[in-house]
Amino acid sequence: MYQLLKPYNSNWVLLGAICLLMVAFLFGCDQEMGSQKTVTKDPGQDAKRPSGIATEDTHPKTSPESKSDSRETASSEKKVELDSCDGENKVTVSKDLTGQPLAHALLDQWKRDHPDRDWVAEEKRAHAFKPPADNSDLLKGDQGKGHAYGNYTQRDILTWTREAEKFVAEGSRIFHSAGELGSTVGVSCDMCHPHAANTHPETYPKFQTQLGRVVLLRDMIDWCVENPVRGKHLDPDGPKMRALEAYIMAQRKGVKMNYGKH
Amino acid sequence: MATHKSVETKYMEERQELFDGMWNLDRRSFLKVSAAALGATAGLAAPHSFTPVSVAQDAEDSKKNKPFRFAYISDSHLYTKDVNDRFVRGLLRAVDDVNNLDPQPDFVFYGGDLAQLGQVKELELGAEILKNLKAPLKIMVGEHDWYLDMGQKWQELFGESTYSFDHKGVHFVVLNSVVEKDFWTERKLTPMQRMQTVAGLDNGLQSPFTVGEPQRKWLKEDLAKVPDDGRVIVFSHSPLYKLYKKWNFWTDDAEEVQAILRRFKQVVVIHGHTHQLLLNRIGNIYFYGLLSTAWPWPYAPEGMPELTIEMSRPDPFNPNDGCGDGEVLVHPDGLVDKIYNLWNRNPITIGRNYMTSMGKQDAPPKPNRPSY
Repeated sequence: MYQLLKPYNSNWVLLGAICLLMVAFLFGCDQEMGSQKTVTKDPGQDAKRPSGIATEDTHPKTSPESKSDSRETASSEKKVELDSCDGENKVTVSKDLTGQPLAHALLDQWKRDHPDRDWVAEEKRAHAFKPPADNSDLLKGDQGKGHAYGNYTQRDILTWTREAEKFVAEGSRIFHSAGELGSTVGVSCDMCHPHAANTHPETYPKFQTQLGRVVLLRDMIDWCVENPVRGKHLDPDGPKMRALEAYIMAQRKGVKMNYGKH
Repeated sequence: MATHKSVETKYMEERQELFDGMWNLDRRSFLKVSAAALGATAGLAAPHSFTPVSVAQDAEDSKKNKPFRFAYISDSHLYTKDVNDRFVRGLLRAVDDVNNLDPQPDFVFYGGDLAQLGQVKELELGAEILKNLKAPLKIMVGEHDWYLDMGQKWQELFGESTYSFDHKGVHFVVLNSVVEKDFWTERKLTPMQRMQTVAGLDNGLQSPFTVGEPQRKWLKEDLAKVPDDGRVIVFSHSPLYKLYKKWNFWTDDAEEVQAILRRFKQVVVIHGHTHQLLLNRIGNIYFYGLLSTAWPWPYAPEGMPELTIEMSRPDPFNPNDGCGDGEVLVHPDGLVDKIYNLWNRNPITIGRNYMTSMGKQDAPPKPNRPSY
């Protein structure tokens, strides 16, 4: 119901990549595989292409900048623009490319157009949020024997980890960004709470003396966003609040719950 | 012709002597001063005169070295006023605090991170505000001042980032301890991206702080003329020891710098960056953190020095809580009393005895609201 805020999340990333590979396969399934991947253009040279309705047609066009840095012959100057099946991305490649080289070229082009496609890994490197619990012990022994439910595979576990981490990464991204928080004074959460230190989510709900009532973590997040950050009230069930809450809770992994603690 | 001094000048001179004398009082001398003061109020001595106080100045070391005082302001993290006025008001408040000190400190030390993102307008605004200080300014660079243009504007405004000076027999050294290994070229970061990476305290894409080989060499040469029993005070933006790497509460070549300082009877190191009451002692080296005028940092989750008695957890509902400025009183023996002037709280004084006795004497008050 609530989508993460990233303009494209990794479901789309995966879908796009699969599409491109399929296109490549259809183009070149009768060609020999395994030759070296070919770089047909400099990164970013035609990152901006007019968007249009995706069709099955291809539009052959001659490249205006005929200099190619590849070791291909002059025939590689003939380009063809492909619409990918997500309806958004277009890719330009040499007309002569087929098979595996084409698949590589398509993927390279797509990667160049999406420099922050690894945003989860990048966020993890930058802000080192804590990893989710390790569930690999569920695969040990004779798990699930004689039960209708509870048989998990490696794939289940990878999915849980990946999805949980992505949610927390999104929170980390907002937490560290004055822009995402809607701050009017250039202040983000990490400026007082590096690695979410001193946010003590385990102490809520508690009677917040300064507010004269019992509050939840989200009330305090909202107070911070409205006051020191001088942003606008966040919808308590909105995607930003959910992500922030996820990040803050994740950072206190292993700390005992202790509601009401002052 | 003898120099004529006005009544006011003489009064101020005598008054200064009184204050100088008071720092050295033991209990016996205190009684003498009290008696003198009593006499003064009873009309037994001339009411304008502080002369009897000089009796009190009989501490051995005070004969050659006089104690003195300097004030400090640090970590203001200025944006321009149109972006964020609160941080600007913080620095203005600190300048007012220092200007209201009476008597005035010998100089004011600024501990780095004057700007938030090292922008020309931020640094110029900071320089403009600091011009209002009555006492002379000594300033150190912080990472927030440096990594947009690699210190170009800061140096244009304030001069060299590494220097030393002597004051009343104490040798002061100012270091640039925020030297980071190049992490930006390979990642093709713009200057602003580089600045923002360094500006994130918990951003692990940056490199650890160092003083670096060239400065360590300079430091060795600079200190060569100071005898082993000389009095040395070193300023560094990051703590010159290893506290918590993830927030760069850390100097990567700290041991090498400490080794250079090891031969002295004692060295005082005063650092910014940590925005909190922070104390440490490693052998002959005494470390003191400075308060920020912008916001307090939480204490590091691990590795806290034994000597640190944390200040009470700041109240987020009071934007000035946990912030402040302060003073440093340099004793004739080269050790210091450090005053943490926490805004809206009682100031906390860390006497030299607390540090020399490894926390056994004169302990500052324990926090009534400790960290979570």
